[in-house]
This record gives sequence, structure tokens and C-alpha cells, in this order.
Amino acid sequence: MTYVSQPVSVSLIMGKVLLALGLGIAAYVVYFGPAIVISLVLASVTALAAEAFMLRLRRYPVAPFLKDGSALVTAWLLALSLPPLAPWWLIVGGTLFAIVVAKHLYGGLGNNLFNPAMAAYALLLVSFPAHMTQWPAVDMLAQAHLSLAEALRYTFTGRLPAGVTVDAITMATPLDFLKTQLKLGHTVHEITRAPVYGHLGGRGGEVVALAYLAGGLFLLQQRVITWHVPLAMLAALFAAALWFHVFDPDRYVAPWFHLASGGAMLGAFFIATDPVTGPTTPRGKLIFGAAIGFLVYLIRTFGGYPDGVAFAVLIMNMAVPLIDTYTQPRVIGHGRQQERP
Amino acid sequence: MRTLHPFPGGVHPPEHKLESNSRPIGSAPLPSLLVVPLLQHIGNPAKPVVEAGEKVLKGQLIGKADGYISVSVHAPTSGKVLAVEPRPVPHPSGLPALCVVIEADGEERWVERSPIDYLNLGVSEVRNRLRDMGLAGLGGAVFPTYVKLNPAPDAAIPILVLNGCECEPWITCDDRLMRERAPSIIEGARIMRHLLGAREVIVAIEDNKPEAIAAMGEACRDTDFELVVVPTLYPSGSGKQLTQLLTGREVPSGGRSTDVGVQIFNVGTAHALERAVHHGEPLISRVVTVTGNVRRPQNFEALIGTPLAELVKLTGEPRDDTTGYIMGGPMMGFDLHSTAVPVVKAMNCVIARSDRLFPPPPPPLPCIRCTRCAQVCPVRLQPQDLYWFAHARDFGKAQEHHLFDCIECGCCAYVCPSHIPLVDYYRFAKSEIWAREREKKAADRARERHQFHLFRLEREKKERAEKLAQKAAAAKATAAMPNPDADAKRAAIQAAIERAKAKRAGVVPRNVEALPPDKLQEIQEIEARRAKLREVMEKSGEDQA
Repeated sequence: MTYVSQPVSVSLIMGKVLLALGLGIAAYVVYFGPAIVISLVLASVTALAAEAFMLRLRRYPVAPFLKDGSALVTAWLLALSLPPLAPWWLIVGGTLFAIVVAKHLYGGLGNNLFNPAMAAYALLLVSFPAHMTQWPAVDMLAQAHLSLAEALRYTFTGRLPAGVTVDAITMATPLDFLKTQLKLGHTVHEITRAPVYGHLGGRGGEVVALAYLAGGLFLLQQRVITWHVPLAMLAALFAAALWFHVFDPDRYVAPWFHLASGGAMLGAFFIATDPVTGPTTPRGKLIFGAAIGFLVYLIRTFGGYPDGVAFAVLIMNMAVPLIDTYTQPRVIGHGRQQERP
Repeated sequence: MRTLHPFPGGVHPPEHKLESNSRPIGSAPLPSLLVVPLLQHIGNPAKPVVEAGEKVLKGQLIGKADGYISVSVHAPTSGKVLAVEPRPVPHPSGLPALCVVIEADGEERWVERSPIDYLNLGVSEVRNRLRDMGLAGLGGAVFPTYVKLNPAPDAAIPILVLNGCECEPWITCDDRLMRERAPSIIEGARIMRHLLGAREVIVAIEDNKPEAIAAMGEACRDTDFELVVVPTLYPSGSGKQLTQLLTGREVPSGGRSTDVGVQIFNVGTAHALERAVHHGEPLISRVVTVTGNVRRPQNFEALIGTPLAELVKLTGEPRDDTTGYIMGGPMMGFDLHSTAVPVVKAMNCVIARSDRLFPPPPPPLPCIRCTRCAQVCPVRLQPQDLYWFAHARDFGKAQEHHLFDCIECGCCAYVCPSHIPLVDYYRFAKSEIWAREREKKAADRARERHQFHLFRLEREKKERAEKLAQKAAAAKATAAMPNPDADAKRAAIQAAIERAKAKRAGVVPRNVEALPPDKLQEIQEIEARRAKLREVMEKSGEDQA
């Protein structure tokens, strides 16, 4: 029997994940306005209520499970993936789907096959494509700025302050803009001179990505996650982008742009690293991460959606049992030829 | 300088060694009553050779080794045997086991002690003496020492390792022993090396025991023993892990360190062996760490059979918040069910438990597959999968995933953020598999027996039928068919008769053989006369009739 244990708990791990997201959220607020806070709160409240309801329904002790923090992490990841100006029902509905269907109907904490936040995101994306593209314009380019109260009213009622149009506060994302402009026959070089682009990726968005990266490094340092998935995913995305970029820089954007745009950083450090829905073996994690990175590139470059993190993660979630089966590490004392002295 | 080959994983829990290793080894006073279990080692229990009422001397044999994997048991002091009966013993099951209960007479009168002349005696003779001296591994596994000193004929053991790692937290008995009795330990190792024919001797000590390292280094100075200081990382003191750490050789699955040419002994065992060989003292005492929630944690040299309560008393008044006692370390130890249990050869440490020192774990949450367990597993298993299979009672899958390579070190349970008692699940799965295998064997045996029973019935029936048929056939043959046997017999009888006749015809009375001719003449004349007479008589006879 083991009488001692490390002072570590699921709550502590989830708490560190939330803490690591803090920096990214701060950057988000700075560059895209306070609306994201509304989505975060809305998603959190919904997630906790849904979690409590499901736990009671399944006759589980509510308090210890609610305290594990996993519902909050799901809520935050979903909220950070959705456009912050989305109507309240989109956020609430998505969170309910994530907690009730993707998590509890699959057996609750530790048993779900798909990443709940990504499952909900994918559902919303295919069900409500128009609402899912209402991304806020980065602060310095927006023609109007919504205060917290105005954003709150917009989220719940869809009414904007007098004289402000939706176009004044929203804008195509850098990935989206790139995709449509390429279709119109422009070269990457021409497109990325548009004001929406910054040094690496989109203006503002690149800073948020860097903040996520910093949060991810914190998680690595805290040993909440291992390096395998983020490194493999980012490296694969980078390598694929580099290959095409070198081959035709006019049609294929630079690899650093891919790393700094869309859900790459959030996905690499916070979503693809979800232990429940990811592989357990070190080699499996590398394969899983690399496949996601590669799929993200394929979807972004050749697919119908501007970003592909959610779909890439969901596709690879399905492959996890297979990956685990074929990447079992060599157990000590097995295999390798044992030479006698 | 030896290159170390770190094993995968491992953990470094708070050491808690300072509590008990600052005081020298105290000697536990003679208790009035000693309870000596007959099974204190791995293998068969010793057979009791004393009876209630019998007087015994200190060191006298009271239980004789039974079978190969077994060692003897001795009276720890002189006194009277009160009983040979089941008593509570330190075992996870809490079940009583056969013990010899001795009332000490306080005289400590020794049986005659004879040192073992190991240089002049045959190696096998020395080993048998060690078995009769009751030597078993004092690191906690209590495997019979003499068996470990008996390498297979084709397998030389080039490397002898003296294990002074003592990697479990709280335990310091080896630490103190190395500090205080290093020369005896090294001498014990020298004897072991002689018996094994080992080429080299490595003394391995974790780097958190600088005093022990210094003392052992000093004792090793005039030898070619290699003192290797290994990093403090649990479970470096485990045989397979230490073998890998020191040599880079992996012990094959299901095998022992000897399979890769390494034999490992605990430093305490080497010390006990030295006492046995040079002083003729059987194993009747050992050093026990008494620590945890006690007032003065310390190591004690205690007689085997000393009741735990007596030992605990030596560390001061028991504290009120003590909730129980753990035998062994906090990673692999187990709860003692009573303080009546005696000190046994396996008892390296007793830890008084309290909720302050060992807070009960919160209720377990589901596994989130975080793989912290896999990262610390020294065997590179996937503990989260094994847990999953054990939990689902999918024991076949658990076995496929190398459940039986698990050394139950507890690293996985130590780091689990969901506080799942993982090792308990593995033990459960192992015992279920063993139980099923036993059941299967029993069922197989029963089926075989039943099938043989059916086969036997069938065979008997057939045999009976054959016999009957034969008899009937024989009867028929004698009736109808010429029986060659009978003919031959008849012929033989006939021949015998003929032979007898011929013999009779050919016989000439011996007294008429080779007579001179005049005698023959005379006989013939007589015969002629008799013939004449016979004729006359026959005639007269006919006339009379």
C-alpha cells in the first residue's frame, strides 16, 4: 500500500491550465475588447450548471467532481474558440453540448472520446456558419469600440449602440482574408500588405498567440503537459507550410504566419494536449501531434474552412486507441537481446 | 568511476530519514515473552522441533528448515517453550500463523556456538549451515540466503552487489548499520564473494547517506570492492532497478538479477552472515527502525519475537493521535493489525501512523490519462492502461500489457492526481489471475480424472467382454477343432512311455554283466533245468485240472 502521495490533484492541474490561459485572455481583451469576458463568464456558468445537473442525474457526488475544474477548462477553451460577439444562445448551446453530450453521455470525466470543446465548436461551425464568422476587428482597426455594457447588450439582444453597424466592429480573420483573396487571384505578398496583418500573423492575433505560447511554456515548466504534442504539432505545421512556401511563396504563406494565426498556439498547448482524448504513449503523442499539425495545414490551405484545428483534433481523437495500440513502449526486460556477461 | 545507467521513471518523496538516523542503534531489552513465527522467510514454514514445556537455550534450533526454499528458526533467548500455536503475525492478511512462544528465563544462556570454517568446508556444506542458521534476506523480502548463494552450475555470478540504497522514505536501519558496523558488513560480503565465486563486488549506497558512505568507504579500503554512490531516487534499491542502474543490464521479464550475472544482498544480510560464520550466531535479532508518530524515533537491535508493543514503548509514550502502525516503508509497507505481533526477520521498519503525517487520500476521481504514472514507472509500463483493464476486470488484456512485470513499487500511486490506489488494483488483478489459473488447473485435473474414469470403465468393460469371448472360443475349439497343444502333449506322453519301455527292454541285470564263460554256461544249464521243470509242472498241472 502507498501511504504517501504527491501534493497534486486534478483540481490543481485544471487550475494551472486556467491560470496559463489568463495571459492569453488578457492579450485578447487588450486587442479585441472586453466582449470575450462575457463569453467566458457565460460559458463558465453554463458549464458548471450543466456539470452539476449531469452529475446529479448520474448519481455522482456533485461537490468533489464540480471542484475538479474540468468543466471550467472546457468552457474556457470553447469560449476562446468562439467569436466573442456571438449571441448568448450560441455560447450557451455550445457549452451545453460540450458538457452534456460530448462529456457526460460518453461517461464523464476521463471517459470522453472527443475533446468536448472541439466537438461543440465543430457542431456550431457547421450548424451556424454565419454567426461563427462574426469576429471582432482588432482594436486599432475597428471603426467603433463596444464597452462591456454595450457588448453585453449586443450578446443578449443583438442591438448595437446607435450609429454602429456590425461591419464597424467585425472583420474577416487574417486566415479567412487570406483564403478569399487567394481565390481572387492575389499573391500572398500582396495580401499580407493589408492592414489586418502584423509582423508574424494577424495584427493583435499574433500577440494573443504569443501569450498562449507563454502560457503553454508555463504548463510545460509545471509539468502539466509534456512537450511531445505541442512540439510535434507546431513542427509539423511549420514543416508543411515551409515546404509549400519554398515551393511557391506567392500562393503559400510563410510558416510563421501559420504558427501565429488562428487556433495554432491555443490548439497546440491547450487543446491537443487534453490528456483524456489524447494518446498516452510518448511515441503516440508525437504521432498524434504531428498528424494534427499536418491536418491543420491541409484544411487551412486546401479545405473549405479558414482554420482547421477543431477538425484536425477531432479526427485524431478517433485515431487515439489505434495509435496507443501500436506505440506501446518496450517494457523493461522485454524484447532487446539480453547479453549474458 | 562506474557509469550509471539510470532506469526509467522513479520518484523522490520526502525522505524523513533525519528523524531516526541521528541516534545510534539502541539495544532493545529482553522481553519476558517472545513469539517466534515459524514462517519468517519466503518459502515453506520451518517444522517445529520443540514442544510446550521444553527448556530451550539462546540460539537453539526450534524450527527446522523444510524443503529447499526454507530456513531454520531459533530461540532468541533461553527459557521455556510455553506453546507452539497460531498467534497474530505481521502479515497483510492479519491471519494468525504457527509460532513458538517462549518465556524468557532472563539468563540468556547460549547454546554451544560453532563458527563456520568456510574456507576449509565444502561450499555446499557452508550453505547448508547457513540454512540451519536461519539466514534470510533482511532487506524485507526474506528470501533464503543460502539459496541465493547457490548459483546454477552453468551460471557464474560475476558481480556481487551489496545493497545499501535504502531508498524507501523513513527507513534508516541500513544507514545506521553501515555507519556502526561497516567492517562486519564488508567481511560478510567477502565470505559471500568466496561462496559465489564473484569476480567483483559493488557496494551501492544512495547519496543521501554521507556518513554511511564514509564508514563503508573506510571499511572497503583494503579490499578491491567498488563503492558506488547512486543518486537518491526511489526505487533504486529494488533488485532489478539496481541491477540496471549499476550494469545497464535489464533483468529479463520473469527472471532474476542472476540471469544477467548479478547477485544482490542487503547490507543487513551480509552483517548477519558474518555473525553466523565467524561467531556461530544464528539469526535471532535484527535492527528495526521505529519512527513516524513517536516521541524519540530510533533504530533498535531487537530479538526476533519481541512483541511490537514492547518495541514501540522504547521510543516514549505513544501519542494519542497514533492511528496504527505500518511495517516497512510508506511506499510498499502494510498495516499491522495489532501491536501483539512480534519482530520478524522481515521487519526493517515500523512507522507509527497519524493523520498528520499520513493524511488519508481524498476520494479517488476517475483517471484522466495524464500519464504521470507512466512517466515515473521504473519498468516502463503504462499504469493507466493496467488500471483500466483491472478496473474493467479485463485480466487477459492486463496480462498482455505486462501486468506481471509490475514490481508494485507504488511510484504510480504516489504521483496520481486522481488519488487512485493503483497498486491495489494491480494486486487485485494479479490475485484474480492466480485464482483463475488455480481454478482452471483444478478444473483441468477434475476433467482429466473424470475422463480417465470413463476410459477405465470402458476398458474394463472391453476386457471383460474379451475374456468372455476367449473362454467361449476355447470351449468351442476343444470340442471341434484339433487342438495342437493337446496333440503335442499326447505325443509327448506316448514318447515317454516308449522311452520307458525301451529302457526297460534294454536293461540287463548288473550282476550278470561281464561274467566269465564258465559261469554263463552254468547259468544257462540252470535255466534249462528250470525250463524243463516248468514244462513238467505245467503238464502235471494241466493233468490235475
